[in-house]
Amino acid sequence: MENKVLMKGTNALAEAAIQAGCRCYFGYPITPQNELPEYMARRMAEVGGVFLQGESEIASINMVLGAAASGVRSMTSSSSPGISLKQEGISFLAAMELPALIVNIMRGGPGLGNIAPSQGDYYQATRGGGHGDYRTPVFAPASIQELYDITMYAFDVADIYRTPVVILGDGMMGQIVEPTVCRKRQEIDLPPKDYVLDGAKGRPSRIIRSLILDTFEMEEHNWKLKRKYDLMRGRLPQHEEFMVADAKLVIVAYGTAARIAKGAVKRARREGLSVGLLRPITLWPFPTQAIQDIAKKVKHFLVFEMSTGQMVDDVLLALGGKAQCEFYGRPGGVVPTPMEITRIIGRYWVQKEILG
Amino acid sequence: MKKVFTKPKSLKDVPFHYCPGCGHSIIHRLVAEVIDELGISDCVIGVPPAGCAVLAYNYFDIDMCEAPHGRGCAVATGFKRAQPDKIVFTYQGDGDMAAIGTAETLHAANRGERITAIFVNNAVYGMTGGQMAPTTMIGQKTTTSPFGRRPEVEGYPLLITDLIATLKGPSYVVRHSLATPAKILATKKSIKKAFEMQIKGLGFSLVEVLSPCPTNWKLSAVDAFKFLESRMEKEFPIGVFKDVTKG
Amino acid sequence: MLIKTVMSGIGGQGILFSGLCMAWAAMYEGHFVTYLPSYGAEMRGGVASCTIAISDEEIASPISSEPDYLVLMDNLSLARLQNQCASGGEVFINTSIVSDRPIRRDLELVEIPVTDLAEASIGVRYANMIMLGAFIGRTHLVKISTIISNMDKVLGKEKARFKDKNIEAVNIGLEYLSKET
Repeated sequence: MENKVLMKGTNALAEAAIQAGCRCYFGYPITPQNELPEYMARRMAEVGGVFLQGESEIASINMVLGAAASGVRSMTSSSSPGISLKQEGISFLAAMELPALIVNIMRGGPGLGNIAPSQGDYYQATRGGGHGDYRTPVFAPASIQELYDITMYAFDVADIYRTPVVILGDGMMGQIVEPTVCRKRQEIDLPPKDYVLDGAKGRPSRIIRSLILDTFEMEEHNWKLKRKYDLMRGRLPQHEEFMVADAKLVIVAYGTAARIAKGAVKRARREGLSVGLLRPITLWPFPTQAIQDIAKKVKHFLVFEMSTGQMVDDVLLALGGKAQCEFYGRPGGVVPTPMEITRIIGRYWVQKEILG
Repeated sequence: MKKVFTKPKSLKDVPFHYCPGCGHSIIHRLVAEVIDELGISDCVIGVPPAGCAVLAYNYFDIDMCEAPHGRGCAVATGFKRAQPDKIVFTYQGDGDMAAIGTAETLHAANRGERITAIFVNNAVYGMTGGQMAPTTMIGQKTTTSPFGRRPEVEGYPLLITDLIATLKGPSYVVRHSLATPAKILATKKSIKKAFEMQIKGLGFSLVEVLSPCPTNWKLSAVDAFKFLESRMEKEFPIGVFKDVTKG
Repeated sequence: MLIKTVMSGIGGQGILFSGLCMAWAAMYEGHFVTYLPSYGAEMRGGVASCTIAISDEEIASPISSEPDYLVLMDNLSLARLQNQCASGGEVFINTSIVSDRPIRRDLELVEIPVTDLAEASIGVRYANMIMLGAFIGRTHLVKISTIISNMDKVLGKEKARFKDKNIEAVNIGLEYLSKET
């Protein structure tokens, strides 16, 4: 048996970052992710990295900018209201094409909200929550092992594409303790960091900036970013399919909601309903192709989110009217049980007169 | 029988949820008494912080408005500019005032904004579980300064009150402590004076109160109060830093 | 197989620690396991409870709407949780402190005066581990030997010196149970 340990979500994320070579963490306390900076405060010292609690989330994202431009793998973490504060910084990182990891452990909102788990920041994360024409890859793990693995992968994605990357967790993911294998980093070939500002010794000086006054130059820069995003759209989408092959109804859910939905699907199957689950792992780029493939045979989809409905838009877009799509949501930090979702599935099954 | 002690009218009849030995219970009371004594409970607006006192509006029986973490002085500015005849105050902790809120605080002070800021300084982030605050002292261990605050890595405690006192805008800037009953009474006097400054139309008044946090200092309530005198007051000296009514 | 246990007590009673011990043992024995702690607002004196789910397959929800087992160290926990237990479930009660009993008739009660047992032997701080010993002895969710052999990992370096007492406590609980049944 591999070397498994029981790890809490926030700690697994932090440890994965360290194993991935992250040597700068900047953050600010906010519930429910405080264990992350607290873990980093000790662990960074052990590996000779930098931990600094910034004076605010805005300061922290800007510190990440400086460290990223120095060629050091860096990250920050926060929860919903704090991520709102970071949007300007993320826009700048995207514009300057700097790699960074931003972790959002979502909580109830909007406003100060509450500290319970929620999925209300989907739009913020996937629509490039800050200003301007940009996107960021967004990952939504559903288990602690996946959280660990994705964190390591996220740093590679950030470096390969020179982009900020978002990991979307929620308060539950942060707190669950599950068996995890703390894999070591698999070094891959990464593009050289030829943008790093470390003093123009023996080389021409470099600039990092996002101000492009000439409109044609700006246009070219926007298209360049778009070409990069198109590349990501082709290569990055990840999803999980569960019992979809013979399903008449497919639930679409991510993160903690997907875990719960999976339990509901298992229960529904025991009652003879052929239900399946599609779990997007990348929320951007969205696994549009996977949905379209499934929609060739499945004509009923039910989107389940712990919000009032955000990912459902992307599912509708992907379906393009080729199948029916309903939504069930529980916002506010309420975490439903598999039994509740099973009932919803059953009700939908009957109402839509789905046979088989 | 003569009634010599009563709950201030400006406090709702609701039990506090604060930890035993927390300074908030005392400071809430002092502010409420001052509001009663000045007769302003129907024309006062308060802005609580993000932090342990985030639910202060459950305790004060006055109009109160939440502000995002650190933005209290800006929200208060909005209220005061829109309603100059009302009395507006903020009630903020160290993170709210001097970390994330530094810019808003300094600029409201610099504009001589006619608001009153009550600054509760307990050198730690209590609500979120005991992380380092801008006022955490050198050598003090918190969950994000596990080795004790080191000046070469985390800098020195920020004496924001002293900084604000150097500006031309503020009219009254003081620091007090809850260490003893006498000091608590002196704190109340200053809070009253700060509100009176605002009533007179004078600029930004600030009362910093050194307050205990037994839970995150990992001390008993009694020891936490002693810590105020033995340690905190040495780092953050009590005093009147600015008072435009006194020459 | 999917079995969910909720352990609940007052913050500081060590209930989260005993939950973690069980979670480690379950993992070591090759099961899927999730452990989810939950705290009250106050850091001390508030409620502390944890849900441990043990299964042969991936666990959908780490929360339990209907736990199979309840471990209740204090009265408030009983009040809060008694209605949630699955019908036919077993409720382990610390009779030294818990004066109430569940109103429901469809639960099986296992009554152990762990605080008294602890005070009479190794000290009141180990009441939670006595309870754990009795719990495992009765439910056989994991082997006692696995609990003992993994105790180091849960304690960590800082608390390693408490290992022997914790093991002793587990055995006291186990013994008490075998004497009573």
